[in-house]
Amino acid sequence: MSNVPADLKYTKSHEWVRTLADGTVEIGITDHAQHALGDLVFVEVPEAGRVVKQDEPCAVVESVKAASDVYAPLAGEITAGNPKLADVPETINSDPYGEGWLMRMRPAAGAVAAAELLSAADYQNVLAAEGG
Amino acid sequence: MAFIPHTEADVAAMLAAIGARGIEDLFEEIPKSLRASTLAGVPPALNEMEIGRLMSERAAQDGTPLSFIGAGAYEHHIPAAVWAIATRGEFYSAYTPYQAEASQGTLQLIYEFQTMIARLTGMEVANASMYDGASATAEAALMAVRANRRSKSARILVPATLHPHYRRVAVAMASNQGLRFEELPYCTVEGVTLPASLGKYAGEDVTALLIQQPNFFGRLEDVDALTDWAHERGILVIAVVNPTSLALLKPPGEWGSRGADIAVGEGQPLGVPLSSGGPYFGIMTTRMEYVRQMPGRIVGRTLDAAGREGFTLTLQAREQHIRRAKATSNICTNQGLAVTAATIYLSLMGRLGLERTAAAAHARTRELVTALTRTPGVRLAFSGPCFHEAVLLLDRPVAPVLKALAARGILGGLDLAPYYPELGAALLVCATETKTAADLERYRASLSEAMQAARAA
Amino acid sequence: MPTPEKVIFEYSHAGRGASDQWPHDPGTAALADLPAKLRRGHAPELPEVGELEVVRHFTRLSQLNFSIDTHFYPLGSCTMKYNPKACNQYAMLPQFLARHPLAPESHGQGFLACMYELQEMLKGVTGMQGVALSPMAGAHGEFAGVAMIRAYHRARGDLKRNEIIVPEAAHGTNPATATMCGCVVREIPVNSSGDVDLAALKAAVGPNTAGIMLTNPSTLGVFERGIEEVARVVHEAGGLLYYDGANLNAILGKVRPGDMGFDCLHMNLHKTFSTPHGGGGPGAGAVGVAARLMPFLPIPIVGWSGERYRWLAESDLPQSIGRVSAFMGNAGVLLRAYIYMRLLGHDGMRAVGEYATLNANYLLKRLQSAGFEAAYPERRASHEFIVTLKRQARELNVTAMDFAKRLLDLGFHAPTTYFPLLVPECLLIEPTETESKDVLDAFVAAMSQIQQEAQQEPERVRSAPHTMPVRRLNDVRAARHLDLTWTPTTQR
Repeated sequence: MSNVPADLKYTKSHEWVRTLADGTVEIGITDHAQHALGDLVFVEVPEAGRVVKQDEPCAVVESVKAASDVYAPLAGEITAGNPKLADVPETINSDPYGEGWLMRMRPAAGAVAAAELLSAADYQNVLAAEGG
Repeated sequence: MAFIPHTEADVAAMLAAIGARGIEDLFEEIPKSLRASTLAGVPPALNEMEIGRLMSERAAQDGTPLSFIGAGAYEHHIPAAVWAIATRGEFYSAYTPYQAEASQGTLQLIYEFQTMIARLTGMEVANASMYDGASATAEAALMAVRANRRSKSARILVPATLHPHYRRVAVAMASNQGLRFEELPYCTVEGVTLPASLGKYAGEDVTALLIQQPNFFGRLEDVDALTDWAHERGILVIAVVNPTSLALLKPPGEWGSRGADIAVGEGQPLGVPLSSGGPYFGIMTTRMEYVRQMPGRIVGRTLDAAGREGFTLTLQAREQHIRRAKATSNICTNQGLAVTAATIYLSLMGRLGLERTAAAAHARTRELVTALTRTPGVRLAFSGPCFHEAVLLLDRPVAPVLKALAARGILGGLDLAPYYPELGAALLVCATETKTAADLERYRASLSEAMQAARAA
Repeated sequence: MPTPEKVIFEYSHAGRGASDQWPHDPGTAALADLPAKLRRGHAPELPEVGELEVVRHFTRLSQLNFSIDTHFYPLGSCTMKYNPKACNQYAMLPQFLARHPLAPESHGQGFLACMYELQEMLKGVTGMQGVALSPMAGAHGEFAGVAMIRAYHRARGDLKRNEIIVPEAAHGTNPATATMCGCVVREIPVNSSGDVDLAALKAAVGPNTAGIMLTNPSTLGVFERGIEEVARVVHEAGGLLYYDGANLNAILGKVRPGDMGFDCLHMNLHKTFSTPHGGGGPGAGAVGVAARLMPFLPIPIVGWSGERYRWLAESDLPQSIGRVSAFMGNAGVLLRAYIYMRLLGHDGMRAVGEYATLNANYLLKRLQSAGFEAAYPERRASHEFIVTLKRQARELNVTAMDFAKRLLDLGFHAPTTYFPLLVPECLLIEPTETESKDVLDAFVAAMSQIQQEAQQEPERVRSAPHTMPVRRLNDVRAARHLDLTWTPTTQR
């Protein structure tokens, strides 16, 4: 049974989104995703300043058994990639919703609405349908 | 039936256990319309004595002419121990080391190989090999496109002095992914790429520059100037090198002020026989910062559950069996047995032996050129230093001369007319440490006769 | 457990070397013409060891390996059959070894005869019209095959066809190859009995379909029963059929891919035709084509002029996809395949398919009787089959990986694990035709023993292997802390 915090938003491709006080958003991968991947060995995050479209692959998470793209849940400009992950990629395994955040971005105008993000309950349904 | 151990009793017992009346029952799911009744084109079996005889006759038919051909495949002495060990069943009939605990021999050998190749090329990391030098070059171009984030053009500059077959393989293997290869002209007097020919690319978006050293003609390129020119413009440098030459020549890791970004080459000279073109192996090396963009297998050292050192395949998430459509390449193999031979060869030859081999090959080629250019109608094509290969110009077409030499049991070299017609009657010759003074004299004398006969005709 | 073998560099002593292997010193004057700025400043740090040290070191390393010569090696989809010594001996006759790739045809008629006859025999067993030998591995052959399909459509002006259909159970090289050829991959599902979902296929084909890549028998170890219908659907939509020859051993001599409707295929000579696996290579991925793809074959190919053998190259095949190898491919491997095929002959080929299938079906039945669960119990095995250990994983917390590692202790190389991805906790088992009934029975006994251990002392299985040169290796650590070249400071 994986952890799905109620106060976050989600995507079908197992990313989570947290709105920060200053209007930027923080993005990572869910507990389900980190568990499926296994011990992470390498993470690549986007550079600050990069502009991404919704669903554009913008990060890579790699374990010994899989290397997965992470897709931008919404359009916007990256303000930061998590610098800790270059040396300690396993932070995502131990704290996927906290210290294991992947990137922060300033959403483009209308991007949040356009993204049609899932609530925690809806994401739980996605997991149940997938059998996880 | 060859290699099938079953007796009739075995078959009966097995069918009984399965619950089938005959072996044909086991194929019942296959539509009858698809069953082959006979195989056209497949003769009846030979026993081992018969095939042994046939192969010996065919080998004898081909014989062992005295060969002065280089052009990407080089005859070198191979110590007896190399293949005696490489063909041990435990190396020969082992599989890819996916079950690492059962493959520590192969894995440790590859780790040693990676280390030797990295040191030889002066680069930071090597993979477990590619198919051959040509496909390694194609893969290097694809890798440069992935690694060079600054460049969007996928344009690769390719000197005309790069082996013609390598250029063709690069196009065949990489142009389907949008790479564009543009040829850099060479100087027909010097036989090298002139830095001036790069001028028109000065402000352009170019992804990578290929440099072969020694080049196809055996000539030495100005690798430092070419490397620095590329780096000043954010262009990645791909070196294509001969591993024997690296015992004497500056390795790609030290070219220019920053070194090449990717270095590839043909590993055949390191203990692998000529064998009509294969199996060889491709060398591939790069900087650590690009290691995740490098295709092929890589072995890493790690610890086991008891804290002991061991070896395993690593970074497999880049490979086809995991990443599938997004893999760095579709490559599934490394040239295991050839790599085994090369690692044993490099261990036996060692630092001093490889240096001697390179020096002797260089000396022998110089002696050959001196001897052959004494013959009227034969002169050296290019001024400037070369390494263990050289181009000669004849005063008449090369093909009939080579034919006359072949009739005397000598393969004189490679006729360059199909590849570089602008040079005229050009012949690429090579002599390695395997040639004696008597061999060179025999070539000189036969060439002289052949040229005289052609003149008289 | 054998003592660990040091890394070769740790045996180095300055000044040591196998000096009788070195050429005579030509003297420094011989190098005077090489410009100083192009010279290497310091010699490469290769080992300095004597010949006996080298021989001992690599001999001891070899003894740390499992191999077909020493162990049963039932790796599914790898076809680990006996590698005949005769193939090696005669491929390594000195005249074959010494021949330069660019030697003239006049000095290679013996070698070229072997290559030509190999082409003909491969056409015969596959039912294809043309064969090219230059691809150097299975994946390389796949690349050539899909490139030919693309070239075919382009030559007809049909530029929109860039989609390659691949069953979801396919080996990873298939979609990777499609991408390398600039194509887009469309995956279709496989139904619960292991056949391609025909309805999904019909929905997937269209004007953008370049072709479909299939293995038959499939990666699930069962024959694609609807293959004739699959061929009809794809051909009618204008696409071509590509056959991944990885499982050819199952049907060798019994069914020809050309008769199934395939237009193009690659063969793994290092599987079906017993050339050595060599610890990971070299292989050879010869390709075969139906008549309409012949103009696109990769060069060079051996031709027969009526009087002599000759190379067919660019001017003979102007529409060829080009060269995929610096020379003509892995000639030494091709010679071994030739010798093997001559030793088998017509009847021997057929026996391969028959006995590979007999061995697989027998092993499947014995394992089922011993309580193991087949993934497709209602189907005949081809030359391989899948056993799933999902029940053991769920009830005993002992996985397919654990079984695989414990098998090593009992003297068997593990089958293929976790492929195909479709079946959870799976073992893909391929005995091959060269194994005797005794060996298969011993394997069943070993699996039964491990099953019992899993029930009674599961930790023993979970922490296997115990008797190998190393215990289970930490591959997470290997990927996080990359140690890819030896340096003196990495010594512990």
